[in-house]
Amino acid sequence: MANNLKLIKNPLSKDNPITVQVLGICSALAVTAQLKPAVVMALSVTVVVALSNVVVSLLRNTIPPRIRIIVQLVIVSMMVILVDQVLKAFVYEVSKQLSVFVGLIITNCIVMGRLEAFAMSHKPGVSFLDGIGNGLGYAFILITMGFVRELFGSGTLWGFQVIPQALYNIGYENNGLMIMPPMALIIVGIIIWVHRSRNKDLCEK
Amino acid sequence: MQEIINIFVKSIFIDNMVFAFFLGMCSYLAVSKTVKTSMGLGLAVAFVLIITVPVNYLINKYILAEGALVWLGDSFKDVDLSFLSYIFFIAVVAAIVQLVEMFIEKVSPSLYSQLGIFLPLIAVNCAILGASLFMQERDYANVGEVVSFAAGSGIGWLLAIVSLAAIREKIRYSHVPAPLKGLGITFIITGLMAIAFMSFLGIKL
Repeated sequence: MANNLKLIKNPLSKDNPITVQVLGICSALAVTAQLKPAVVMALSVTVVVALSNVVVSLLRNTIPPRIRIIVQLVIVSMMVILVDQVLKAFVYEVSKQLSVFVGLIITNCIVMGRLEAFAMSHKPGVSFLDGIGNGLGYAFILITMGFVRELFGSGTLWGFQVIPQALYNIGYENNGLMIMPPMALIIVGIIIWVHRSRNKDLCEK
Repeated sequence: MQEIINIFVKSIFIDNMVFAFFLGMCSYLAVSKTVKTSMGLGLAVAFVLIITVPVNYLINKYILAEGALVWLGDSFKDVDLSFLSYIFFIAVVAAIVQLVEMFIEKVSPSLYSQLGIFLPLIAVNCAILGASLFMQERDYANVGEVVSFAAGSGIGWLLAIVSLAAIREKIRYSHVPAPLKGLGITFIITGLMAIAFMSFLGIKL
């Protein structure tokens, strides 16, 4: 039981997929200019990681090692097609905004990384928990970034104005750089900086 | 002809895979420690791009898009298989990466051992699948345009990884705060490079 809890808790901080394992950076940077797409993306990735972890773990003894990458890719792309169709049906606007990045969940290194490192050698139940944990760790970073970038970049959160008009009247300006791509990279850099200065053992020599 | 050159220049500098769309970040960060290795990986990625994107373009045009199967007979003109494009594209990518891997192993064993695990991982490099998905989304008119888009993206990626590797080789001798060392500073450098690349915005031939 304690072990299962660890599977969920570790990826949130000590073993975070983005800041420590350096997996799945592409989508983390591209979809976080606003909070809403970031949340949708985080949920989709969590679902895909958890489900494909379970399926691969069920099949782990029958997949021939030489062609395992192709088999895994096919399983993952099946899950992504499902998620994509659901998104198109229920949140069409956001799915347009995410454009190719839903498809790119297939090549999101978090999914492949967890399949290779965990699901291929563990039972379905724990693999499911591992998938959920890593998805949440990813979600945590994505939502933080989406929050910061939307708040400072356009003064809104989830599409609603939060910075009061009075502030603009006295000369406050939105920081246009925040919603540009380069700032995403710099924010991840800063998140890593803060994270590592609090966890000294993660520093690189 | 002018359109082709325009797409080529645009996909190297303005729509750079790394700086504008964050594609292929995982291997970009992991392999950019020395110029020599990153050159090898960059060339491999560019090569795979130039083959896979046109192949996927033809598959999309003659099999997947709505009404594409019309060459089979009139009864097929309403068939729309575009929801299968993820699976088709990733299968093509995985197959071609396997071929490239075998080719490099034969021709240059030293490069092969240097690239190590990252060669099979080109299959899950988001830049490759991303280019195919962008190709589908942007609706290029003919094969010439697609090839120039693929070549431009590949060269843009190569340029990005080689220049980052060059900077990282130098920065090893600088005094960087411990928590920022390695990954953190790399992100911030990439962000600054992306800002530099933003100055190409608006160039048109």
